Amino acid sequence: MSESSHFLFLIALLPFIGALLPGLMIRAGRTACAVFTAVPTALALILLMMLAPAVMRGEVVQAEIEWLPQLGLSASFFLDGLGLLFATMILGVGLLITLYARFYLSGDDPMGQFYTYLLLFQGAMLGIVISGNILLLLIFWELTSLSSFLLIGYWKHLPEGRQGARMALAVTGAGGLAMIGGMLILGDIVGSYELVDILAAGDAIRASEWYLPALILILLGAFTKSAQFPFHFWLPHAMAAPTPVSAYLHSATMVKAGIFLMARMWPVLSGTDAWFYIVATTGLVTMVLGAVIALFKDDLKALLAFSTVSHLGLLTMLLGFGTQAAAVAAVFHIINHLTFKAALFMTAGIVDHETHTRDIKRLGGLRHLMPITFVIGTVTALSMAGIPFFNGFLSKEMMLEEASHTKWLGSYYVIPVFATLGALLSVAYSYRFIVHVFLGPERDDYPHKPHDPPFGMWAAPALLAVLVLVIGIMPVLAEAVVTVAANAVTGADLHPHLKIWHGVTPALYMSVFAIIGGGVLLAVHAPLQRFWNAAPRPEAKEIFEWLVDSVAGLSRRITDISHNGAISRYLAIFVVTSVAVGAAAFFGSGLAAPTRGLLSVPPVIAVGWFMLIVATVSVVMMHHSRFRALVLIGVIGLTISAGFVYLSAPDLALTQISVETVTIMLLLLALHFLPKSTPKESPLGLKIRDGVIAVLAGAGVAGLAYAFMLRDIGTISDFHIANSYEGGGGTNVVNVILVDFRGYDTYGEIIVLGIAGLIIYAVMHALLDGPASRRLRNVDYSQDRSRDRHPLMMVVVTRVLMPLAAMVGLYIFLRGHNEPGGGFVAGLVIAIALLMQYMASGFAWTQARQRIQYHAMIGTGVVIAGLTGIGSWLFGSPFLTSSYTYIHLPPIEEFEVATAMLFDLGVFLTVLGAVMLMLYSLSRIARYAGETVNLEPMDYDPAKTGSGDREEA
Amino acid sequence: MIEAALIFAAICYGVALLLDLWRIAVGPDASDRILALDTMVINVIGLLVIYGIGRGTAIYFEAAMLVAMVGFVSTVAYCRFLLRGDIIE
Repeated sequence: MSESSHFLFLIALLPFIGALLPGLMIRAGRTACAVFTAVPTALALILLMMLAPAVMRGEVVQAEIEWLPQLGLSASFFLDGLGLLFATMILGVGLLITLYARFYLSGDDPMGQFYTYLLLFQGAMLGIVISGNILLLLIFWELTSLSSFLLIGYWKHLPEGRQGARMALAVTGAGGLAMIGGMLILGDIVGSYELVDILAAGDAIRASEWYLPALILILLGAFTKSAQFPFHFWLPHAMAAPTPVSAYLHSATMVKAGIFLMARMWPVLSGTDAWFYIVATTGLVTMVLGAVIALFKDDLKALLAFSTVSHLGLLTMLLGFGTQAAAVAAVFHIINHLTFKAALFMTAGIVDHETHTRDIKRLGGLRHLMPITFVIGTVTALSMAGIPFFNGFLSKEMMLEEASHTKWLGSYYVIPVFATLGALLSVAYSYRFIVHVFLGPERDDYPHKPHDPPFGMWAAPALLAVLVLVIGIMPVLAEAVVTVAANAVTGADLHPHLKIWHGVTPALYMSVFAIIGGGVLLAVHAPLQRFWNAAPRPEAKEIFEWLVDSVAGLSRRITDISHNGAISRYLAIFVVTSVAVGAAAFFGSGLAAPTRGLLSVPPVIAVGWFMLIVATVSVVMMHHSRFRALVLIGVIGLTISAGFVYLSAPDLALTQISVETVTIMLLLLALHFLPKSTPKESPLGLKIRDGVIAVLAGAGVAGLAYAFMLRDIGTISDFHIANSYEGGGGTNVVNVILVDFRGYDTYGEIIVLGIAGLIIYAVMHALLDGPASRRLRNVDYSQDRSRDRHPLMMVVVTRVLMPLAAMVGLYIFLRGHNEPGGGFVAGLVIAIALLMQYMASGFAWTQARQRIQYHAMIGTGVVIAGLTGIGSWLFGSPFLTSSYTYIHLPPIEEFEVATAMLFDLGVFLTVLGAVMLMLYSLSRIARYAGETVNLEPMDYDPAKTGSGDREEA
Repeated sequence: MIEAALIFAAICYGVALLLDLWRIAVGPDASDRILALDTMVINVIGLLVIYGIGRGTAIYFEAAMLVAMVGFVSTVAYCRFLLRGDIIE
């Protein structure tokens, strides 16, 4: 990999790495914080400038690391003229904004957060413009939506800030979703997600029948991001953000992402009627609409916001024209818009900062009070108006020139007329910005006595204003950059000449008309404003909120119907759906004739079958008495375990019998605090409905099992049996599946088990602090109790059993890989052995002898399992690849050691910890309910029974 | 000879299981049910051993052992529940 590709990776990474700094450096002061924000940006800019000469020569710098080659996703970066232009803008303006924000933000604002968000956003934006893979581009695209959400909502205490951020996220996020679809279609047509391949496959894409859907989906993404009609409404609401954010997002970055995307995809998607009519028309409508609204906004930032919408419309329209000259104009206008709009936003911020108001009606006459700001604001506003010798004039002339000979639905007048109208309105609001803010008589009712800000605050807009003038007077200076970027957009070799005087052309007439007309419009602004304010018009925010509310209401209604809190309804919905889907699948495909006969049933097995049936029916009949139901469940568990043994599944039998025991104990623990019988509350109709559902589901499962058992069907079991020893080094297929073939599943499952244990603990905590605790405290459990609390005999038996059970557990664990057993069963066996101690000698006595925290045990187990999995990376194998070897220690036979055993140890610890933590949590209730604890292991002195050496908890 | 003995024993255990089931189903007392369940565990252990002898493999003995080891724990838990309410005090 060459040096330049290293640079490219570094450029992409620097803002993200840098984002870690401001949060820390804020402790060293606000200036240090700003400096450490500027450093990564400046470094990235320097690296970019080192790559720039090559790009300016027409080369394309590329860098690639494979990431997920199966998905076609690679971390590939790509820097051409267009990327260079945007990257320079993002980083350059980023630096200026960093400086400006240092002086703009007040001491109360958390500046570290601000700069961190800013760098995150900058990194995401930079990622978009230098991504060489469209999937990677999508990731960065989503990152800009998220990080801009943080920036727009930076002033969390303001409801407008939060609402604006939410709206921006909802609109741009929805567009991003649509774009994902479009990009996937594009990748599917081309067969690659690499930008280079896609840019080369323009003809194939335009010829594809999927072209139109892809175009519409991608444009949805671009239009929402770039605030095109009818998605323009989020942008003005995002103005609730601090002004540096507005200046950054709405001049150089966020909203230009959509424009960038259209420019990037221009060689591939443009050139068709669909492209022209969708893109150019949307742009035209947005340009005029945005300009009209901007003219009547009294809030300085709102005026600029709608003017941004209008200029974005202009750019979209130019790209929509699909001609090379229009693309050149678009590229040039991107640069010009950036310079004047960023400076204007900063000027508005200065005015706001110094006068404490942004309301144009309360301003005016500031030219003497704030002379520097006046000069900057005037220069940049004149550029926005498109006055000669300011850079806005040049690109606007080019736009009008293109518009003047573009045909729309057969008419040569539609586009020129509306383009001139847009230009005229643009002149009007630009004049208004100057006249109503700076000119006019000085007032004596400013909310705050205005004066020019410190140098640090006006330095950034001043620099931009100088750029406005330099480009405006000597456009040839920008020619090289525009050329290389326009070549990247069009894929052609263009040599545009930027100049002020084009001769007497239609564009000149349109321009002159716009400049004069704009002045006239401003003169009659006051009556027009009254008329505008009186006219009814749709309020986008209300429509948006109505839309969001109705969608939220709809989903709430669906939730209320399906999740009404009754478990019987959840189960009914779930089971009926499963039965329906299963039936559709079963009857939808033909079933081959049975290939096996029925086996004969030995009488003892028939007894087991009969026991199961009777016990199951009895549970249904007697479930109102909860204790009786528990006993019957014991019968079912026992029979099923015996059945597993009979059907040659000793692993399952071991697991079943252990799980059964633990479950019964946990249920009994809980039952102590619950009513012993349930009320009869289901009406007959409900019983019949549920009965039918239950019988259908049961019969379905039974029928399916029956059908499969009569046929020889190749299953995945064959593979497991064949590969268990060679692949996993174990002869116990079940265990090898658990710790090796499906080790990743097991890993997930033990994590879930651990989480379940912790949640029970946490829920119990909440319960005991909540209102239920009073009820628990006041229940009298003392009646009708045996006085034999910790019988001596039981204590002795459990003590004797403890080492035996531990030995069995260890044995089962060690041999697990080759014979029935394993970490899961071993964990349960040990848990049962411990539970017996708790039962016999009481909670307090046993807990006092318990040295290891159960929480820690869960965590250690998961970590051991995870580390075992990661360990295989060290040997260059995928996660959780197991390996094994044979070891011979003299006194013992040669035995096998597999890494799977370490993993199994993790399983063991997690299971043990989770089970014990559940038990611990449940039995805490008793202590809370006022039960006393014992300090002695057993009741060996009958005289003291029931009282004596016990303490209140 | 052993075949016949095993079959005879299996039938006896089968009958015993059915009788346990009867006791569990009709009660009348909770203690009757617990006792019957415990007996049922014992009978299943017996059946497993017989089956193991019949098949000539040791695996079933292990299963029987494990059932024996943990089977009584639930009985104890049921009893404690009846006697003291809280099984872990």
